[in-house]
Amino acid sequence: MVGRMSTSSENSKLNYILHLADNSLILGQRLGEWCGHGPVLEQDIALTNIALDLIGQARYFYQYAALTDNRGKSEDHYPYFRGEREFKNFLLLEQPNMDWAYTMARQFYYDSYCFVMYTEMLKSKDEQLVSIASKAIKEVSYHLKYSSEWVIRMGDGTEESHEKVQNAVNDLWEYCGEFFETTQYESEMIEQGIAVDASKLKEKWLRSVGEIFNEATLIMPEGKWFQTGGKEGVHTENLGYILTDLQYIQKTMPGLSW
Amino acid sequence: MNIVDLEHEFMKRIKADQKIEPKDWMPEKYRQTLIRQIAQHAHSEIVGMLPEANYISRAPTLRRKAALLAKIQDEAGHGLYLYCAAETLGVDRDTLLDELHSGKAKYSSIFNYPTLTWADMGAIGWLVDGAAILNQVPLCKCSFGPYARAMVRVCKEESFHQRQGYEILLTLCNGSEEQKKMAQDAVNRWWWPSMMMFGPSDENSKHSAYSMETGIKKFSNDELRQRFVDQTKPQADILGVTLPDKDLKFDESSGHWKYGEIDWEEFNNVIQGNGPCNKIRLKHRREAWEKGAWVRDAASAYAAKKALKNSESKQVA
Repeated sequence: MVGRMSTSSENSKLNYILHLADNSLILGQRLGEWCGHGPVLEQDIALTNIALDLIGQARYFYQYAALTDNRGKSEDHYPYFRGEREFKNFLLLEQPNMDWAYTMARQFYYDSYCFVMYTEMLKSKDEQLVSIASKAIKEVSYHLKYSSEWVIRMGDGTEESHEKVQNAVNDLWEYCGEFFETTQYESEMIEQGIAVDASKLKEKWLRSVGEIFNEATLIMPEGKWFQTGGKEGVHTENLGYILTDLQYIQKTMPGLSW
Repeated sequence: MNIVDLEHEFMKRIKADQKIEPKDWMPEKYRQTLIRQIAQHAHSEIVGMLPEANYISRAPTLRRKAALLAKIQDEAGHGLYLYCAAETLGVDRDTLLDELHSGKAKYSSIFNYPTLTWADMGAIGWLVDGAAILNQVPLCKCSFGPYARAMVRVCKEESFHQRQGYEILLTLCNGSEEQKKMAQDAVNRWWWPSMMMFGPSDENSKHSAYSMETGIKKFSNDELRQRFVDQTKPQADILGVTLPDKDLKFDESSGHWKYGEIDWEEFNNVIQGNGPCNKIRLKHRREAWEKGAWVRDAASAYAAKKALKNSESKQVA
């Protein structure tokens, strides 16, 4: 029998799962804002599909978080009753939709990361994570194909679209460094073979992003300074507003069934 | 064949309940009636996404959020089938959208009412989709093939939406006093606009006669409205909500629920653009379209470049 994990270890695991869950949720929430407002009906439908996949992933992770947490909480406790400083999503994902170029640039950076990250997660010693990852990787492969195609289309489309998507990838670049940082809760989980060591994924990520930028005739941003803090709960000003919307009904009338 | 014979043949097929297909000869009036109706229907689906989309970010649980997203996505899908069905009649989607954006084309007046609480997501599913199903089920058998076939799938999804809406209200009605009040309030606000979804009363419906004659429409507005009341009243009783009609009572002799007078002045005003949300709904549709212009341009420019490259590489080979 495997010995019981120490309390700090349990906390680390919970934090790691919540980080994964929050990523999916916050991006899903952002994509949901597009529903009904897309540039053309087919893309409205496609983007909603991605939002649905992400909300689905978030639910799997929150359910697993509830299990790990072992305090009898439901999957909804974590998205609806935590504050800004407790959310652990990447800063990138809470950035506003702005326009199609920003939305796709954000999606493309994140999908490229998720693809390499979930591929690694399939080797985790944690069965639950492996099982969620094996479902997520199928979805993410499709998301990555979709966002890559749009980056290429915009980059190699018109002069206007080229400029817009170049600006978007430039502006969002500073939020990508965080993908490859290791928090304390991750170190412990990496040691136990549970978490993915994302610091080792940077080269792969750079290569795959570079290939698409090349095809899109886009210039790879060169900024060396990256914003950080999302994984530790120090966010941009955007997150508070997202949570205000997300949590409004549960906070106004707590303790009820919906 | 001359036009009189063609018309005669056409009507013979309608009477024999045969489907008219896009390449078949059809009277111009039939074509125009269908284009108008299918376009209105398509526009209603995509404008109808907006009132519910208000609550995607605020859905009270993740399960509800996913279900709401999926439902609104279904509506976008319905819009897509319907625009395609209209295209088989020789009018392209962009032309139809221009008519929506300019205010020339109409869409269902119901979507010009605001969604004010979470219970509205339930009331829309139950009442609005419920009324839509009654309008649409007969369309599965309408005389124009592509429209009839599109409706089969639409109706299946709508009936799922209706159950989902009813379940939202059922949860609220089994909940706290505050939740029950919220459910009743939503039903109060959505009942009459839903009754109006069946269109003007039979004596005032200017397109009905021709549509009935050519098998586009199978039942009159008032017949369908009566069915809606008869079907909805017992469901309201199960929920424990009242329908806001003091004249509603069961008529033993006919076996139907008699209902009160519809406020046609309100109906006509909302249709003419004076509803609480007409301006904002159209504004959002127009904005989405205008802001998307450069994206659509980029996609076509890229597709053209790619096609050119492909043809060049073929020539080289």
